[in-house]
Amino acid sequence: MKLSGAQILMKTLREEGVDTIFGYPGGAVIDIYDELVKTDIRHVLVRHEQGAVHAADGYARAAGKVGVCLVTSGPGATNTVTGIASAYMDSIPLVVITGQVPRGLIGNDAFQEVDIVGITRPCTKHNYLVESTDSLARVIKEAFYIARSGRPGPVLIDIPKDVANTTVDYKEPGDVKMRSYNPTINPNKRQLQKVVKLVEKARRPVIFAGGGIILSKSSEELTRFARQAQIPVTTSLMGLGAFPGSDPFWLGMIGMHGTYRANMCTSECDLLIAIGVRFDDRVTGKTDAFAAQAEIVHIDIDPTSIRKNIPVTVPVVGDCHAALTTLNGMLDEADLTDIAGKREQWFARIGEWKNLSRLAYVQGETIKPQYVVEKLYELTGGDAIITTEVGQNQMWAAQFYHFNRPNHFITSGGLGVMGFGLPAAIGAQIAQPDRLVVDIAGDGSIQMNIQEMATAVQCRLPVKVVILNNGYLGMVRQWQELFYDKRYACTCMDHAPDFVKLAEAFGAVGLRATTVDEVETVLKKGLSNYKDRPVIMDFVVDKEESVYPMVPAGAPITEMLLV
Amino acid sequence: MAEEKHVLSILVDNKPGVLSRIAGLFSGRGYNIDSLCVAETMEEGVSRITLVTQANLPLVEQIKKQLNKLINVIKVFDMTETEYVQRELAMIKVTAKPENRAEILRIVDIFRCKVVDVGAEHYTIEVTGDEGKLAAIRSLLRPMGIKEIARTGMIALFRDVK
Repeated sequence: MKLSGAQILMKTLREEGVDTIFGYPGGAVIDIYDELVKTDIRHVLVRHEQGAVHAADGYARAAGKVGVCLVTSGPGATNTVTGIASAYMDSIPLVVITGQVPRGLIGNDAFQEVDIVGITRPCTKHNYLVESTDSLARVIKEAFYIARSGRPGPVLIDIPKDVANTTVDYKEPGDVKMRSYNPTINPNKRQLQKVVKLVEKARRPVIFAGGGIILSKSSEELTRFARQAQIPVTTSLMGLGAFPGSDPFWLGMIGMHGTYRANMCTSECDLLIAIGVRFDDRVTGKTDAFAAQAEIVHIDIDPTSIRKNIPVTVPVVGDCHAALTTLNGMLDEADLTDIAGKREQWFARIGEWKNLSRLAYVQGETIKPQYVVEKLYELTGGDAIITTEVGQNQMWAAQFYHFNRPNHFITSGGLGVMGFGLPAAIGAQIAQPDRLVVDIAGDGSIQMNIQEMATAVQCRLPVKVVILNNGYLGMVRQWQELFYDKRYACTCMDHAPDFVKLAEAFGAVGLRATTVDEVETVLKKGLSNYKDRPVIMDFVVDKEESVYPMVPAGAPITEMLLV
Repeated sequence: MAEEKHVLSILVDNKPGVLSRIAGLFSGRGYNIDSLCVAETMEEGVSRITLVTQANLPLVEQIKKQLNKLINVIKVFDMTETEYVQRELAMIKVTAKPENRAEILRIVDIFRCKVVDVGAEHYTIEVTGDEGKLAAIRSLLRPMGIKEIARTGMIALFRDVK
């Protein structure tokens, strides 16, 4: 069978189950686009390549599939870098296809030539420059396999224009076999038996779960484990939704803006079971003081995560789902008599901490941003898929919207990309057309990828954007207030656009609330109407509200500023 | 924790960009490379990189894990964990005045080196050995005036077949 490179690409993408591509055409990928429109693959035309990658990221998380992007060479490729780096930090499976100048021109500083494989080497799980049309099918198959297996991540494939438009005799590439890549899935049973022994013995245990639970689809196993072993649960930002936010064992999020009780528990526990986490500095604060009294179990599929930042008593390399399933089986056999009695004092202590300091705010005359998020939670019954931008909006979303299910909180956790939320919401909405998708944004970060409103309007997506508009780059302003004597260097954005008019200019709906009374009205109107176009809801909130609790960077996580 | 020298022997797919992935990993994460040596092995498509680094124990563990995480890395051996033999080749261009020539040749003889090039004013000496031997001959030749040195970096193999 004679096929061109572009035809082989389409055939292989279909075989990998791809039905949606986020992309932007250009000279180096015209041949590929020429074939793409002949298939039934849906192409979402973004307005900036960064938007394509974040949208694919949101799509991947909401659909539980590999997200796919297609962009041209040079600037098209470099514009994807932020999105790729974000997906790499958050372990999101993506395949990013970039066009490249023809092979004969590579290295000649050709028009729109850039060494994107070189540029993205440190922020992809792996990347390829396709050297021949014959190798294309195998490379694509490997890329998908690498992206979705082990610790997932983004893989980039750079396809020179002449590789795409050369016709060859197509041969089936067969199954992917890679001698040098074999992620450990099944954990060592002896190590897990040690974990069970520690669980039996512990008086003050805590589970610290992360994004690995969501990626490995093990929320149910985690919940069963926690209940069976009677252990309270905290999660990282990436882990929100991995454990029900309404469960009595739920401690709230850990870390810099975590709850008082989650941080106190971590500090006072005698056993910390960390699952699918990587001990980010925003979680640990001062590492020497982190869980200093505890034996630490660390279960993760990526061996480099283990003992990178925190010393560990029992390391377990393997898939979280496999580990938790085995652990639950072992717990059935374990001696858990009077386990509730053993933990009674510990839970009493946690109750005291909970009463001592809860997440709270005082609603005065101006709208408090927390109030908007809380109302949003009430009105959506906690059922919406929430994406966020980065900064205060992200932290208030994490604190005041309670997540009961996985894959409902989509945020740029590791890299912290402002401008992530809107394109990610577009991707999530395309993956879940019948679900309510809300981007909780700040007035600063929404402007970073606001052009994607046009994408949402063109695709008739009912994405809701909630702007907590305080006229500041709020999180940096908060640091300046607390640690820089209120010197608000360049964080005041007093020339924002009129977001209502802006929404209308895009062909979307714009609504605004300036008083507390209007909050509910605007939310109700914005959330329940307009099924065929996006809505921007602009909430003019308290300018100098801060996110609390807050642990100053590098301090032990028990040293929290509470109000 | 004290830093120690570790000799890592890394089997990799012989594909374009592999060396840059490894070099990039070291520079991006702030690890040291003392020396680095790459060549093909007996097996087609597989190269061996011998890399010498200075790191404390937890860090060298992390380095090995990070190397293993690279898709093109097949296997990483830490030679320093057990018995191994190491060699390095150096070429030393040393000033050879008439009054020194006999002395230099005596040193070459003692160290079982070879003179590979002779000029009016210099000898170029090829020397193979471990680090200690290379350091020793350098210090003996230094008084005569070393003009240039080129070194390969260390290569190493386990004593037992692995």
